[in-house]
Amino acid sequence: MNHWKNFNKGFFKENAVFVLFLGLCPTLGVTTSAINGLGMGLATTFVLVMSNLVVSVVKSQIPDKVRIPSFIVIIASFVTMVELLMQAYVPALFEQLGLFIPLIVVNCLVLGRAEAFASKNNVVTSVIDGFGMGFGFAMALTILGGVREILGSGTIFGFDLHMFPLDADGNPITMIVFVLAPGAFIALGYLIVLINKINNKSVK
Amino acid sequence: MDYIIIIISAIFVNNIVLNQFLGVCPFIGVSSKVETSAGMAGAVTFVMVIATIVTYLLQKYVLNVFGIAFMQTITFILVIASLVQLVEIILKKVSPTLYQALGIFLPLITTNCAVLGVAILAVQKDYNLIESVIYAISNAVGFGLALIVFAGLREHMDLVNIPKGMKGVPIAFLVAGLLALAFMGFAGLV
Repeated sequence: MNHWKNFNKGFFKENAVFVLFLGLCPTLGVTTSAINGLGMGLATTFVLVMSNLVVSVVKSQIPDKVRIPSFIVIIASFVTMVELLMQAYVPALFEQLGLFIPLIVVNCLVLGRAEAFASKNNVVTSVIDGFGMGFGFAMALTILGGVREILGSGTIFGFDLHMFPLDADGNPITMIVFVLAPGAFIALGYLIVLINKINNKSVK
Repeated sequence: MDYIIIIISAIFVNNIVLNQFLGVCPFIGVSSKVETSAGMAGAVTFVMVIATIVTYLLQKYVLNVFGIAFMQTITFILVIASLVQLVEIILKKVSPTLYQALGIFLPLITTNCAVLGVAILAVQKDYNLIESVIYAISNAVGFGLALIVFAGLREHMDLVNIPKGMKGVPIAFLVAGLLALAFMGFAGLV
């Protein structure tokens, strides 16, 4: 498999969210706006790339029986790093994402790639795989966040689109349900249908 | 009275799956049959309560005392991972029947964000030990409730004629959305 194919499989063909259904908790939990989705996606990408890198370097050193706990410790260390870095440099985003930052540890995507890919491949392919899957995940979260932000607040990345009528007080009348919990499930459901359609077309 | 508020708020108002989005992976993954969902709910309840007690004590008597609260994520996930293994070994010895029922779900629980999430939330909310335990039990009940109701709905959905592209996971998400909408009705309760 060449590097380009290895990289771009994470975007459509094996997209973590839309096709493999991994890492759904942060996907639904933080995507009330596009910027939150992007931030979460990039934080996860960092952890994914670094854990893939370390796992692929030390894979021959780890006995098979304690493989999973070792991977979890490696991942947890990088998550703690991300936590501290975000707290220091982007405190506003850190507040918004809240609980979901430490929960990157239990994101099935990260452990899944460590177990299924990095523990079987060399360093370069593992890092490329980490970037590909991570950016695919970030893309999915940004799209979902964008859709929910546009429909739910009438903005995208914070810019007002002026697409909804105003009420008597001058506030836009938006489809507020999309920034609430049910909207997350509904928006993701329809996005999966759309991605399935695109993937089926490209196969034919 | 405080306890009742914690219970109602955790089960209905801030349902862990439908409102807080924790444990969505098993919610979508293993909810195709009511029986398996009940097994999963049982296993989660078991691990969640024990994990919350252990992590609470660790946070209070180790992490806070030595001023290493930033190690929270690593410590908690290690505790949960080893607890799951321990529970598995003990169950195998003590109650083979229960092990048969819950066995296959136990390894999955390590990466169930609901368990780690509840452990962290209980610490963040500054609960004492009894409140933490009640919080963990109610969240587990909330998880089980959502999972079993959803599995019941999905069993019926197998018999319905659904457009081809919507079959399987997409329609499951739409139903979950409607279920979440229904649970929003509890919002004014507490």
